Amino acid sequence: MERRAFFNNGSLPWLLIGPQLLLVMVFFYWPTTQALYWAFTLEQPWGGGNSWVGWENFLNIFRDSDYWSTVIRSAFYASCTTVLSMAMALTLAVFVDRSLKGTRLFQSVFVWPYAIAAPAAGVAFRFIFAPEAGLVGAINDVFPGIWNPAINGFQALAMIIVCHSWLGIGYNFIFFLAALQMIPRSISEAGAMDGARPFTRMIDLQLPLIAPTAFFLLIINLISSFTDSFGLIDTMTEGGPFGSTEVMVYKIYFDGFKGLDYSGAAAQSIVLMLLVISLTFVQFKWVEKRIHYT
Amino acid sequence: MTRNTLLGAASTIAVIALTASPVMAQTKFEFWYGLSGDLSDRIQDMCKTFNESQADYEIVCISQNDYDTNLQNTIAAFRANKQPTVTQIFDAGTLDLMLSEAYLPIGQLMTDNGFDIDWSNYFSGIASYYSTSKGELLSMPFNSSTAMIYYNTDALAKVGFDGLPTTWTEVEDIARKMKAAGYECPVAFDPAGAWQWFEQFSAIHNQPIATKGNGFGGLDAEMVVSKGLFVDQLTWFKAMYDEGLFVHKGKDVGEGDLDSFANGNCQIFSGSIASHGSVTAKAIDGLNWDVAMLPMLEGHERTNSLVGGASLWTLKGKSEEEYKGAAAFYNFLATPEQTEWWSTVTGYIPVTNTGFEAMTEKGFYKEAPYNGREKAIESLTFTPPTDNTRGIRLGNYASIRAEMVKTMQDVMFNNAPVQAALESFDAKGNDILRRFQATYKDAVLP
Repeated sequence: MERRAFFNNGSLPWLLIGPQLLLVMVFFYWPTTQALYWAFTLEQPWGGGNSWVGWENFLNIFRDSDYWSTVIRSAFYASCTTVLSMAMALTLAVFVDRSLKGTRLFQSVFVWPYAIAAPAAGVAFRFIFAPEAGLVGAINDVFPGIWNPAINGFQALAMIIVCHSWLGIGYNFIFFLAALQMIPRSISEAGAMDGARPFTRMIDLQLPLIAPTAFFLLIINLISSFTDSFGLIDTMTEGGPFGSTEVMVYKIYFDGFKGLDYSGAAAQSIVLMLLVISLTFVQFKWVEKRIHYT
Repeated sequence: MTRNTLLGAASTIAVIALTASPVMAQTKFEFWYGLSGDLSDRIQDMCKTFNESQADYEIVCISQNDYDTNLQNTIAAFRANKQPTVTQIFDAGTLDLMLSEAYLPIGQLMTDNGFDIDWSNYFSGIASYYSTSKGELLSMPFNSSTAMIYYNTDALAKVGFDGLPTTWTEVEDIARKMKAAGYECPVAFDPAGAWQWFEQFSAIHNQPIATKGNGFGGLDAEMVVSKGLFVDQLTWFKAMYDEGLFVHKGKDVGEGDLDSFANGNCQIFSGSIASHGSVTAKAIDGLNWDVAMLPMLEGHERTNSLVGGASLWTLKGKSEEEYKGAAAFYNFLATPEQTEWWSTVTGYIPVTNTGFEAMTEKGFYKEAPYNGREKAIESLTFTPPTDNTRGIRLGNYASIRAEMVKTMQDVMFNNAPVQAALESFDAKGNDILRRFQATYKDAVLP
């Protein structure tokens, strides 16, 4: 049976959602419309006028091979960070869920990375990974020249991916742990009585049961790695060396703010926004509806 | 004059002013700048001196950390109508400002407010960078520098070289000998320094970066770097790097080029004359070093180098009173005392002929730690500016510079072929220029 509340007064609901609506308008719809407008015009950085160019800005970025490399790089970046971060978080959560010694302590400790702001973490990691002075750089004393993200694009990208995954572990961990603890103990115990080892129980029982959470996290992680990488990249590599850590969101920042190409950056952010919207759409339509076990 | 006597004099004036005149309503105005650390402290000193020197205006000086950020924040503030009266814009942002219609030309501002400044007194290379093609100066030259090369003279002596090298061939030779003599890092190279390694190289060899006199002739200029001498030079950089004679230093490897020179790890580096003060301050005990004009390729005539640094722009949309204050501030900056103080405490060059002459006469450049700084003036004024050494008048030039950094990294660390890399640099530069041209399609270069 469905229950619904009705308001007799027509304006009361609007008043109630008013503050929220205002916030969304000011901080989302207004800037988005502005960006949308700029994406179809050539905007002078100092104000002072713009001209309508239609789809020209979009055609420009789609014709630019550099742009496509940032798209591919972003996709690679997103898949790697998501897989790495979720795998680590799941492993940790499974161990904590097994109520081993010190579980209570680890429950809170594993969440800490999430509380660290990306730029702060970026600065710390820059020191850790610095080829000449850093902790990881010490490997160069043994094998000279093996680690140098300042000149090796692949290493630089790998370094950022590791940092981003590390930052995300805490968030994923909470969700995984909560999901694992929701599973009735009796199921695991029954499995154990049938002779299933912990690893088998995890693969055959726990994983399928937490699938909805895992799918939710998958989408959230993908979205976050498309949009939240900025703080790390800006403090650690600034997109370098030779552009090998330039992902979509960093290119938007660079073209818009450093390059003063507001319109090109606006067009790129519209593309990124559509990408994120489509991921969210998948999340709502497909994941929430179809993955059901309970 | 030392800073203390100057401050003393200023505070005496302030005391007199305070006791003698009734408290008047002061006009406050803001000055945003893009320097941090030690240089920012010096600017704060300067603002304090200005505020204490008169009672009508109060300048509020706000650091925005670096040039890029200051430009971004100034633009954002201007769009929101909250701009400062005075803002400091770096060399690469000059054309962006010129076409913005957001500024008041300095000459007009000074005349309107009754100040008479002899603009011909400014070094022509500096004035031309910030002037229209018709010669009207638009912004106030402020912190000016040029690129130099720094040598560890002990290391030079050790490999048996007398004096300072003047050609890149000599540098190569010395670097090889240093390597053989056991120096790990003969030359520190930071690819982020496109300014000294690329732009200044082009200027002193009279090479165009773009057609139409580096853009002075119109917004339709095109990049020509892949057709000039820089192809050979970048090829040479790459060879030097592969041989281990150039060693990569910079923020991204953990130790900057200047630091590695000052602590004795690297024996040669190229950077701004404004670093002269920092090297003096950071040099480890017993480090003997000297500074020189950038070396030349064999068989080429030297032309003047480009002025670097930044100038002060007065933004539109403020009150008459604030403009009066800004004009008084510029007038204060143009005084010989202030010019000398600024140049002494920072290492930036004095920007006027008379300022430089006065300092020379006093023997400022004769003794340590300031000797050698006069070579920057020599470099800047080596010849009258040519079409290729007048300055760079390209739209969104900061982006083009960033592309050059990428290109150099790509060649040196990623083994990209030089000619192809520079052709692709030119193509990207042209894209940026055409986009700028389209954005300002009705604008005429002032």
